[in-house]
Amino acid sequence: MDAVPISWYLTLSAFMFAMGVTGVVIKRNPIVIFMCIELMLNAANLAFLAFARQQAQLGAQVAGQVYAILVMAVAAAEVAIGLGIIVAIYRLRDTINVDEMNLLKF
Amino acid sequence: MFVQILFGLMAIVIVVTSIGVVAVRNPVRSALNLVANFFALAVLYLLLYAQFVAAVQIIVYAGAIMVLFLFTIMLLNLGSPAELSERGEIKRPITWGLALLFVIVLAGGVFSRLSEAQPAQDDIGTVQMVGKFLFTDWVYPFELTSILLLIAIVGAIVMAKRRL
Repeated sequence: MDAVPISWYLTLSAFMFAMGVTGVVIKRNPIVIFMCIELMLNAANLAFLAFARQQAQLGAQVAGQVYAILVMAVAAAEVAIGLGIIVAIYRLRDTINVDEMNLLKF
Repeated sequence: MFVQILFGLMAIVIVVTSIGVVAVRNPVRSALNLVANFFALAVLYLLLYAQFVAAVQIIVYAGAIMVLFLFTIMLLNLGSPAELSERGEIKRPITWGLALLFVIVLAGGVFSRLSEAQPAQDDIGTVQMVGKFLFTDWVYPFELTSILLLIAIVGAIVMAKRRL
């Protein structure tokens, strides 16, 4: 059953994380940027679960899964707040282009 | 053998859909790519003996969070690709190149140094086992999470109201 080495899972996780970073850098739509942040959080979850399978003790193995659940709770809170901010900015400025949100820049 | 084939299929789905989230111009299609990505990830979680996390992944991510994304896209009427046109810029190829380099470097480090997976009991990812550890060893982070969610609820309501 344990046929797939942990390295493959971690490489997949690194790929997902790299795609998330790429999207955050090159995208201008804040909703797509949020989706890319979700991609990065999921990459972290996959790495947590893969590393959990490397542990010898039962407690450490389950700890990785508990961590994944906590990350999901944080992601849910982040999405609720983030999308609320996007809707509030859209009501205020009638655009959500991140290039035009420069009030905090100066 | 079955596990390797399943892992390969899901890895292909994950790679294609993660590129799709970034490369596609229409945000609705990005969201649908992300949903497919989350389902493939749930299958991988099952292969890693994380049954409960796989179920939560489908219910919370593919269910609740993606519906919230699609709802916001529809509410702000961002479905049309011309709304936020992304010009060709020098930073785009540079970013793709750096991402590729990041994956290559990490994969190289990972493949040369890691040991193999330990033999596990079948039941380390069940609701019973995760719940037992969540409410004994991890009860303090668990309670902190509830406070975090409460703060998120209050914050979302404060931002959604026009004036308090």
